[in-house]
Amino acid sequence: MPVWQTMYDEVGNDNFLVIAIAQESRGLATAREFIEEAKASYLCLIDETHQIADLYNMVNVPNAVWIDEHGKIVRPSETAGSHDAFRSMDRQDFSQTDEAIDLTTRAQTTYMNAVKDWAINGAAAENAYDKETAKRHMKLPSEPIALAHANFRLGAHLRQNGKELEGDKFLAAAIALHPDSWNMFRQAMNLRDIGELMGLAADQKFFDRVDALGKNRYYPAPDIRGFPKEAGYDPKT
Amino acid sequence: MITIIHEHQTLSVNAKVKGGHLWLPAKDVEKNLGWTIKPEGLCREEKCIPYPNDSEDALLDSEWLNVSKFWTLMSKPMLHDEMKETWLLGAGHKDRSHKLASLEAPDFTLPDIDGNFHSLSDYRGKRVFLTTWSSW
Repeated sequence: MPVWQTMYDEVGNDNFLVIAIAQESRGLATAREFIEEAKASYLCLIDETHQIADLYNMVNVPNAVWIDEHGKIVRPSETAGSHDAFRSMDRQDFSQTDEAIDLTTRAQTTYMNAVKDWAINGAAAENAYDKETAKRHMKLPSEPIALAHANFRLGAHLRQNGKELEGDKFLAAAIALHPDSWNMFRQAMNLRDIGELMGLAADQKFFDRVDALGKNRYYPAPDIRGFPKEAGYDPKT
Repeated sequence: MITIIHEHQTLSVNAKVKGGHLWLPAKDVEKNLGWTIKPEGLCREEKCIPYPNDSEDALLDSEWLNVSKFWTLMSKPMLHDEMKETWLLGAGHKDRSHKLASLEAPDFTLPDIDGNFHSLSDYRGKRVFLTTWSSW
């Protein structure tokens, strides 16, 4: 994403690195064009098995983790500045209102400024958690979540080795076990070639899932001062 | 050949399916799964899982280890396809949670666009903003 490159250019790479990891069951063949187009100077890696989502208990993209120079987690998995404003998108052409775009931009700018502050100032940064706060914000995977990752992994493998129908059964089991994971849900839709033409894996089931959120936010707002908390996602307004 | 998906690897192994269970030659267990067969149990790093009923017989049968039973014994996810040609030996939620609760960032090794592999631990000494994206 261009915002990552801008921030990386501003901070410099002496003490800092951006690692952007594609959660991509289709692998390099699909990820390549996006990476080449980004002309990124930061590190871009390809994760065919979604192991990062599994290891770090992530539920969607972009999700991010801050890791300090000693390999310790400073901020556990959270949305990398995304906002529920996406929920007001037009369901035919996926366009968004100016208000929703503004909200999303403000959310992302606030988040990226917080990352930049930490990249420069480390533990002294306003939004760098101390150990206890990091532990308090850490969401640990439950037994169904671990089982969901196993089902997802086997399902994607079978699907890509000529057993599409059988693979889909495991993917469906994964989605049922871990409903918060839109990573699994959307990648599975993508593997079934749903929504490919629009460049977004979304069909009626996707929007049913969006509607099922009701008044709940999909993306809990990161604990960062100034991050917009307005809802702004009611499709009827 | 049987396919085993374990940790973040997909292995083609000389295993067999007998009595509905997955059996791996005892000599290959350490190489393929990272567990060592010892008199006191199956061991990995500091940890040993004792044999059920203190008897090796429950898991070992003339040079073969009942891997699926061992995985179930550890309460870790274990799945297979209908034909029992592909087996997934997953990580348990306690393994994942224990690691995350320690705040130590789980290490990984993944390829870049040119096929070069990078590990998170290669970049100790730098602050890392680790973020995900996708095409979908």
